Amino acid sequence: MHEMGITRNIVSIVSEHAGARQVTRVRLEIGMLSAIMPDAIRFCYDVVVKGTVLENSKLEIIEVPGKAKCKGCGAAVELETLFGTCSCGSRDLQRLSGEELNIKEMELEAA
Amino acid sequence: MCGTCGCADGSKATIINLQTGEHVHMDSKAQDDAPGAGAGHAHHHGHGHADHGHGHSHDHSHVEAHSHGHEHHDHAHPHAAALGTTVQLEQAILQKNDELAARNRAWFQGREILSLNLVSSPGSGKTSLLERSIVDIKDDLDIYVIEGDQQTANDAERIKASGAPSVQINTGTGCHLEADMVMQGLRQLKPKAGSIVMIENVGNLVCPALFDLGETAKVAILSVTEGEDKPIKYPHMFQASSLMILNKIDLLPHVDFDVERCFAYAKQVNPDIEILQLSARSGEGLDSWHDWLKSQSRQVSEKVFA
Repeated sequence: MHEMGITRNIVSIVSEHAGARQVTRVRLEIGMLSAIMPDAIRFCYDVVVKGTVLENSKLEIIEVPGKAKCKGCGAAVELETLFGTCSCGSRDLQRLSGEELNIKEMELEAA
Repeated sequence: MCGTCGCADGSKATIINLQTGEHVHMDSKAQDDAPGAGAGHAHHHGHGHADHGHGHSHDHSHVEAHSHGHEHHDHAHPHAAALGTTVQLEQAILQKNDELAARNRAWFQGREILSLNLVSSPGSGKTSLLERSIVDIKDDLDIYVIEGDQQTANDAERIKASGAPSVQINTGTGCHLEADMVMQGLRQLKPKAGSIVMIENVGNLVCPALFDLGETAKVAILSVTEGEDKPIKYPHMFQASSLMILNKIDLLPHVDFDVERCFAYAKQVNPDIEILQLSARSGEGLDSWHDWLKSQSRQVSEKVFA
């Protein structure tokens, strides 16, 4: 359950930026290869935001699919797991996306 | 919780210096402070067990020596004044850990220290391997050990008994070590320049892959009593590791472990991973591991001003 610690980090970072203002929406970007389960984050979020300026905020999670480029032939490869095989047979892939763990933006209540 | 005095909240990490017996409890806010801060409070537990009278000295020294470094925020500050605004943050969730890890890494590099983050499932033989290596190569290399476990100082006691200085970090409910815990451990351990610091992570093949500690490299240890498909079951860990050690090979005649298949899986997940096979118990293959350590340690020194 490392998602609990991760969620605490999210709430701490957003609170720091929001100051005293209420947060109405938080948008995260989570890569599908990142070992973080969006559903677990949603579950933890409801618990962790209690008593903070994020208490009534809506959580949005953008799930970023895994994409890579084959170092052998240069073809684009879709990844469902951290590793994969290009249609040319090569397993030497350069990952381009799917490992994101970012807070994209937050929306603050009108002052 | 501090196993000696029971004075801390269970979710906070405790650091036990095996050389001095000092316990340091990390404040949960430690990560928010300037990285060099000596957050936490130190207790010295001295137990004088005599037949008559029970001496229990309990000195609290509150360490509050914060070194106030400059905290640079590269992200956009919202300066939250506008109405109902959307604020672009574009901040990595693990940024704080990553920043502290970068400090640890610079600290290690400046002292020409090879630091290895040893990761595995519980019971793969990390501590046994360390005990053996400490005894076998103590004439050639200085080894220091940071032990991570949820509870007990048993592993650090074992390391100390083999002759290396050690610090135990108890993560409480935490399932992995984080960069600030290692930083606190290093403050206690004070490793010499040119030495090797082994960081034995909590036995767990999932979360430790996410948290950079500032190590030179991660070493994943797998034993033949586990499944040979672990590299593809836990790809994050094997992908993040520079070396995979297959331990307990003395047991191969008694188990159905397919070595070739295991190595193929590891290479599938991480084509660059190096692989060594050994038995910490019988000693077979240990020379290759010790040669690897010496060569990595040399490279660390050579790279400092490269």
